[in-house]
Amino acid sequence: MPAKAWCLGALVAAFPGLCWGEPSFSRDIEPILKQHCIVCHGEALQQSGLRLDRRADAMRGGQSGAVIIPGDASGSALVKRLEGQGGLQRMPPGGPLGAAEVGAFRAWIEAGASWDSQQAVTAPAPASGHWAFRPNRRPTVPRTRNSEWARNPIDAFVLARLELEGLEPSPEAAPQTLLRRVFLDMTGLPPSPGDLAGSGHYDAVVDRLLESEHFGERWASAWLDQVRYADSDGYEKDSARPHAWRYRHWVVEALNADMPFDRFTTRQIAGDLLPGATVDQRVATGFYRNTLKNREGGVNVEEFRFEEVVDRTNTVATVWLGLSLECARCHDHKYDPLTQKDYYRLFAFFNGLDEVDIDAPLPGEVGPYLNAKLEFHRRLQEVYGQYRVEELMGPWTERMLWASENPGVEHEWDTSWDILALYLDDGQRILRTAPDARDWREDYALTEWFLRNYSRVTSKEEYEATGFKDAVKEVHALVADFPDISRARAVQNHEAPTPPRMRPSGVWDDLGNEVSPGAPAALPPMNPAGAAPTRLDLAHWIASEDNPLTARVAVNRIWQEYFGTGLVATSDNFGLRGEPPSHPDLLDWLAMELVDSDWSLKHIHRLIATSATYRQSSQWRQDLAGLDPSNRLLGRQARLRLPAEALRDSALAASGLLDPTVGGPSVRPHQPLGVTDLSYGGSVKWNESAGSDRYRRGIYIHYQRTTPYPFLANFDLPERNVTACGRNRSNTPLQALNLLNDPVFFEMARALAFRVLAETQGLGFNDRLDRAYRLCLVRGPSDSERDAMHEYFVRQRAMLEQDPGTAREWFPVEMAWTGESSDPTIPAAWVGISRILLNMDEFMTRE
Amino acid sequence: MTSETYRAVLTRRSFLDTCAAGIGTLGLAQLMGLEGILAATASGGAAPQPHFAPKAKNLIFLFMAGAPSQMDLFDPKPGLQKWHGQPLPPSMTADLKLAFIKPTAKVLASPRSFSQCGQSRTEISDYLPNLQRVADDICLVRSMQTDQVNHHPGQSMLMSGSPLVGRPTIGSWLSYGLGSESQNLPGFVVLSSGRGASGGSSNFSSGFLPSIHGGVPFRKTGDPILFLSNPAGVSRESQRLTLETLGKLNSEHLQRAGDPQIASRMANYELAFRMQASAPELIDFADESQATKDSYGVDEEPTSAYGTNCLMARRMVERGVRVVMLIHASWDDHTNLDEGLKKNCDITDKPVAALVEDLKQRGLLDETLVVWGGEFGRTSLGQLKHVGDKVGRDHHPNGYSMWLAGGGIQGGQVVGSTDELALKVEEDPVHVHDLQATILHLMGLDHERLTYRHMGRDFRLTDVSGNVVDRMLA
Repeated sequence: MPAKAWCLGALVAAFPGLCWGEPSFSRDIEPILKQHCIVCHGEALQQSGLRLDRRADAMRGGQSGAVIIPGDASGSALVKRLEGQGGLQRMPPGGPLGAAEVGAFRAWIEAGASWDSQQAVTAPAPASGHWAFRPNRRPTVPRTRNSEWARNPIDAFVLARLELEGLEPSPEAAPQTLLRRVFLDMTGLPPSPGDLAGSGHYDAVVDRLLESEHFGERWASAWLDQVRYADSDGYEKDSARPHAWRYRHWVVEALNADMPFDRFTTRQIAGDLLPGATVDQRVATGFYRNTLKNREGGVNVEEFRFEEVVDRTNTVATVWLGLSLECARCHDHKYDPLTQKDYYRLFAFFNGLDEVDIDAPLPGEVGPYLNAKLEFHRRLQEVYGQYRVEELMGPWTERMLWASENPGVEHEWDTSWDILALYLDDGQRILRTAPDARDWREDYALTEWFLRNYSRVTSKEEYEATGFKDAVKEVHALVADFPDISRARAVQNHEAPTPPRMRPSGVWDDLGNEVSPGAPAALPPMNPAGAAPTRLDLAHWIASEDNPLTARVAVNRIWQEYFGTGLVATSDNFGLRGEPPSHPDLLDWLAMELVDSDWSLKHIHRLIATSATYRQSSQWRQDLAGLDPSNRLLGRQARLRLPAEALRDSALAASGLLDPTVGGPSVRPHQPLGVTDLSYGGSVKWNESAGSDRYRRGIYIHYQRTTPYPFLANFDLPERNVTACGRNRSNTPLQALNLLNDPVFFEMARALAFRVLAETQGLGFNDRLDRAYRLCLVRGPSDSERDAMHEYFVRQRAMLEQDPGTAREWFPVEMAWTGESSDPTIPAAWVGISRILLNMDEFMTRE
Repeated sequence: MTSETYRAVLTRRSFLDTCAAGIGTLGLAQLMGLEGILAATASGGAAPQPHFAPKAKNLIFLFMAGAPSQMDLFDPKPGLQKWHGQPLPPSMTADLKLAFIKPTAKVLASPRSFSQCGQSRTEISDYLPNLQRVADDICLVRSMQTDQVNHHPGQSMLMSGSPLVGRPTIGSWLSYGLGSESQNLPGFVVLSSGRGASGGSSNFSSGFLPSIHGGVPFRKTGDPILFLSNPAGVSRESQRLTLETLGKLNSEHLQRAGDPQIASRMANYELAFRMQASAPELIDFADESQATKDSYGVDEEPTSAYGTNCLMARRMVERGVRVVMLIHASWDDHTNLDEGLKKNCDITDKPVAALVEDLKQRGLLDETLVVWGGEFGRTSLGQLKHVGDKVGRDHHPNGYSMWLAGGGIQGGQVVGSTDELALKVEEDPVHVHDLQATILHLMGLDHERLTYRHMGRDFRLTDVSGNVVDRMLA
């Protein structure tokens, strides 16, 4: 490959410093200075007295002397700092430069450090100059020398780039590898033996997977990370959110229905404001309700209300716009063209939200609910009457109201009043509402709260005498039996919100000027329908083809799931400190495809999954390893450890235990005793689900913020407290312990052995092993694998023969149905083989 | 036969609830060549280095969750006697941040008596008779300040530098910045006693750092580390055979696919294997003398649980665990303060003093930093929460006490002071961020340089502030 090929076009932009030949300041060095150094060592700031934007200053050096010694790269402090030598902080502080970039500095200094530019180096041009803020356009699909390989335009972009480097793409993956890959990527489940038999043409498989109801589950996981979905409030109390699942249910359904991404966006941001908003559209606003809620006694309600608005602002900016807006809460953004005012203009849209829980019945729920409702109310009143609830609750209500007007006189009443607001949503408002003006749910909620909390204002003896403890049990029993309809957590605009104000220091009570809602100045203007922009206008502005960020951010996050890394590696940051795209034209082309397909996400999925780029082998390539270690040029596919849910789901599927029911409330599968001990006062209760709910897919596992399900946390499910735009793929000893020893996984191994034996009755070891391999890895064993497994089988049986009781413990099922001998060591050794399979690196990886 | 039948014939109870421990010493595998890969995996690249020579290698954080009362333990306030039972004038209470009570609540003088202890004459409460013995080893800070007045945000602030949930905590920052020294134990371990703390797992979370840096809870029930024991009925020979076979298969696949991640996976299975042997050894106190066990109160009540944790902390530090956090909850005495305080002091005082003395005697105190404290302090105003309750105190973030000892700390001194009514700091305020900066400094890290980029921002433990408190340093 000729050296000059390195210097062509886009390469220089993406990999400054990679150029070979004579070093040049303006070509090799200036772009790096601009990108990484000038913000702190330029005209505006001279940290450590060092200025690198003008030749004279750069050569003079900083407080500790010269940093550039022409002709002596190794002796130059600049190079030492870039390489992290000498025990001083490595520069730049945001993360070390690549070897190629440091190499460019070395070469340039060695060659004499000539400065062929008269103008001072400036910090990167903000606003319109930054690639991500430029309007999107449809780029021309490039021509490639190899005209055979490409299956769709994605491949042309990728191949053109590879050809520029003189590289060949990798051959297509083996059919079974590809099939397992596309099943896992699109549905989070491996193909079943039936899927393999009737798979047919690859593109038809992709179409079928797009229609699978499991598609929505798998892709909802990625969305739920971003919107930090959880089934509990977080913070100290971390109370369960029994209705949170209804929003997750909506996401799964919307993705399965290929709801256009602009509508998917609009409904979550402003579904309640759509004309004649339907229940479903309001359910989507449950997006906002994923914010943490601090119900700790004594918290300042206004402080945490402010934090909730801040959290919503940051989340919208990162999820849809790929911007790290958070910085601008306290000051103008240091790198991106976002001012503090921009921040509070966006903040203003979310300032006046009321949280409401709404009826959101699923099909089939309303009839039984209406039938049972009257009787339920009658029996509830009966209990109230029996315990003389009204008699005591009347005076209690009066005195609570009095205490709210006269704070500081009676402490226990003060406390009672204050925590009513925290523990019971809308509690104070309900209490202020006349009893007959409350709806039945409000009345029930307050009465139930009163029954439990009356003790706060009485002596122990008085409270005991009321019998309210028993009353609570009785009403809970009534509620448990009542076929209630599903409810959803939604938002709506407050009738008379406090006008939004700036917070100059970012602190909740440091009030600045009033601010009106609007778009950040660096982005296209908003065209409100009325005089002042509303949340609905914001939603339309985000979900618009004129917004340069939305479509780019969305397609990049899909891409990232299929290749392990986005075209923009920093999928959470499209700002100036983010990484530029590896294939800028491909990113734009995909974004335009999204817009022009009426925002069909499935269209993008289909394009990616059917591309030759996607279908490549993930085989490690020595020639790429040195040149492109992180595989940004896409000369091969990536081997990716499965996401937590997909790993668990795969094991459940292979073992035949999986309950594939789609949607519905969260489940609590088995977890070791004591996991919830670390919650506040051990207050979190994990009431294990019964029946096949234990074997539901991972996306349905109840997410308790302060004590998450250990397996999910071990395998990098992000903590659902802040937005996560992608997953870590760590590789740890705790994961090994988890898969080896978790009784849940041992059970799966046992079930897999059972399944293999049941499905291969009368067959020999080799056929059985073949079956087990196909269930787990979608391939048969190699000869040497068969030998290794057979050796294990023999040795394990010999060990178990010493102790037949143990064999029965491994496989406590009578084998009579197999028609085989009743030697318990045989099925037990198959449990062992199954356990090995479920622990293989290949099993937990999609290749 | 379908899986439904499988479910029908097997009752889960038969095996899920009979998780017997089946661990012994496991043979070191033949895969020693994978050690290097493992070290690199654990640190996410080359082994991380401190920014400068550290004073302390390990941290033991004695986290007293719920906020112990400083004027009853560490910061005597005879001036409160004059006001006892009366409200303070509004001008004096204007700056108080209160959680539950109103500023009109009545002053509660401390019923405790204090002694001047050691050569340093440090005043310590009669509820901490054992700590009085080691007064010359500790640096008592009476001028702590935090921004938060509620437990969860306060604990978050102390551990992660931010009141909001989701940031990495101090133990995970240290693991990230310094790596682990132990080949067969996690780098950051959490031990708990009492009830769960308000912060739950966010007190030791890795936040957005890679999960390997998160605190690993050693559990009170069942396995000390989750999934440490083999499944019921799996002997150590079977486990070894399983891992041998798994190693062969993974190794063959490594040849085929060429992905170094497979080698890391194999190394981690080996580490897991060794952990299975070394964790039980760690919690087995058979090799400790009776005198040592007695000094910690391991075999008696009420010190047994906390004493066990303190002794475990020393054993972990000996084995290279970087950070051990002991959570004891809860000191949140809104009512019945004097009794509640006595109870917690009786549980913790003896083991804590024993830990300091034991570390010192073994020459470990020089390289181990010990930190004692909660998320904030308590008010000098009394609180009556409930009809018929005995009096307690509310939350107080504006001036409270913590102490440090060991690696790089100048013992036998008091830093800072509060006013005579314990309302606010008078001299040398130490903000939580300053404490964090100081801890990192002692461990060889510059708090401004220990950063991690997330969502486009370089985050650090001390957020955007924090100064090393030189006065604490030896």
